[in-house]
Amino acid sequence: MSVPASVVIAGASAAGLSTAETLRRQGFDGRITLIGEEVHPPYDRPPLSKQILSGTWPDERVWLRDEAALAGLALDLRLGARAEALDTGAKVVRLSDGSLVSYDELVIATGVRPRRLPGTADVAGVHVLRTLTDATTLRAALAGSPRLVIVGAGFLGAEVASVARQAGAQVTLVSDIEAPLSDVLGPQLGELLVGVHRDHGVEVVTGARVEEVLVSGGRAHGVRLAGGHTIEADAVLVSIGSVPNVEWLAGSGVEVGNGVLCDQYSQAGPGVWAAGDVASWHHPGLGERIRIEHRTNAAEQGMAVARNILAGEDRSPFAPVPYIWSDQYDLRIQIHGLPRGADAFAVTEGSLADRKLVALYGKDAQVRAAVGINMVRPARAARALVATPTAWETATAVQEGVTP
Amino acid sequence: MHITIDEDKCCAAGQCVLAAPEVFDQRDDDGIVVLLDADPPQAQYAAVRDAAAVCPAAAIAVQE
Ligand SMILES: Cc1cc2nc3c(=O)[nH]c(=O)nc-3n(C[C@H](O)[C@H](O)[C@H](O)COP(=O)(O)OP(=O)(O)OC[C@H]3O[C@@H](n4cnc5c(N)ncnc54)[C@H](O)[C@@H]3O)c2cc1C
Ligand code: SF4
Repeated sequence: MSVPASVVIAGASAAGLSTAETLRRQGFDGRITLIGEEVHPPYDRPPLSKQILSGTWPDERVWLRDEAALAGLALDLRLGARAEALDTGAKVVRLSDGSLVSYDELVIATGVRPRRLPGTADVAGVHVLRTLTDATTLRAALAGSPRLVIVGAGFLGAEVASVARQAGAQVTLVSDIEAPLSDVLGPQLGELLVGVHRDHGVEVVTGARVEEVLVSGGRAHGVRLAGGHTIEADAVLVSIGSVPNVEWLAGSGVEVGNGVLCDQYSQAGPGVWAAGDVASWHHPGLGERIRIEHRTNAAEQGMAVARNILAGEDRSPFAPVPYIWSDQYDLRIQIHGLPRGADAFAVTEGSLADRKLVALYGKDAQVRAAVGINMVRPARAARALVATPTAWETATAVQEGVTP
Repeated sequence: MHITIDEDKCCAAGQCVLAAPEVFDQRDDDGIVVLLDADPPQAQYAAVRDAAAVCPAAAIAVQE
């Protein structure tokens, strides 16, 4: 295969920028068109629920690259424009401003958007958190020390609960499962984290489904749970997961399901690739199709796609150890691998009681994930047990041997 | 090549250490990045560029 003359990247955030940068670092000097629906230059999302929401950083600090670094990439940068339609036969993308952009290789990096509760899109006081605008809007709402109901207790909901408490809001965290956070981290760490939130004065309501946001005069004033119970609130954050941005691919022949369906090289078809939150690919190490909404994965997959675009027949499968972190109160939680669905759990360093630990998760007698709470370096060391397939017996025995 | 680090941005991911262990380390207590060599030898350039690219906090800046 010859080197392409032009690469079009739809989605100008972590994954898209990483693809563009890696192409340039690898010496690609053709046209790179980077298309971003938002008007902002590429920015980072993890700080939105942390430093931006709490106001400890000025907003500009989320820019991923300064102006000079961005200019140095010599991009055909189209901000404030959506990719609206794709013609894979003619190899052309149509943008919302009417322009047509042709490509030799296309990278889909359009990410995900928040799932909403039906009928709440235009209700004042109902928030989602995905964009910089979402974050500054929610930050303004928190300044009034509101009664805040958070619908959904995933990492995002839990992080906002932590920041909102520290900003003086009265916070209720509502989860439809009995042990919030346990679906990812298992019952032991789920219970630990719920305990931490309760200690900080968050009301945690479990096993409760929110049926409806209560609205009067166009403003939310609470939520109604299944069974009829209501919770009064001045603001409601809906954090119930996300939906991949794939609608613009309709009719293009690119296969979509839960995301853009790719092979193990992150390729979705001839001349079409995907990276980041929107990509669902076959992970050869895990032997499963996965889609990951993690910041590190966006950067790593963007790099991998850029390399594969230039590699021709020598492309490599994308088989990372997934990594995610979350900051809640004074806890730094770090997850290497995929703990969800594990059938074995062991704390190998520290303890649940100290809220400082390394835990291993196993599945089918193999280590599948390592989780650290306020034990950064030991957690990174335990990552090795995930990166190189390690028998559960060996890992837990060795770990016990080195525990002081 | 010259490397600078924004410690306040660092989220202690340790991806930089995995990419370039001879140039980056992490503090024991909070995992914040430690720069072992701000002006690394040429043999490290590729690894350092990878580290900067993959850092999920955009905390590493590389001037060339
Ligand atoms: C508040 C918050 C906190 C987070 N915290 C963490 C954390 O602590 N740790 C962690 O690992 N991860 C965290 N994440 C997840 C992480 O931010 C994502 O995994 C990462 O942003 C994914 O990058 P991406 O480039 O794939 O997608 P996105 O960041 O979603 O970017 C996609 C971009 O494409 C644009 N777009 C969409 N459709 C189109 C179109 N048709 N045409 C043009 N442009 C389009 C969008 O506007 C967007 O800018 C957090 C996410 C959020 C929202
Ligand atoms: S990769 Fe970035 S965030 Fe992680 S330790 Fe290194 S500098 Fe810090």
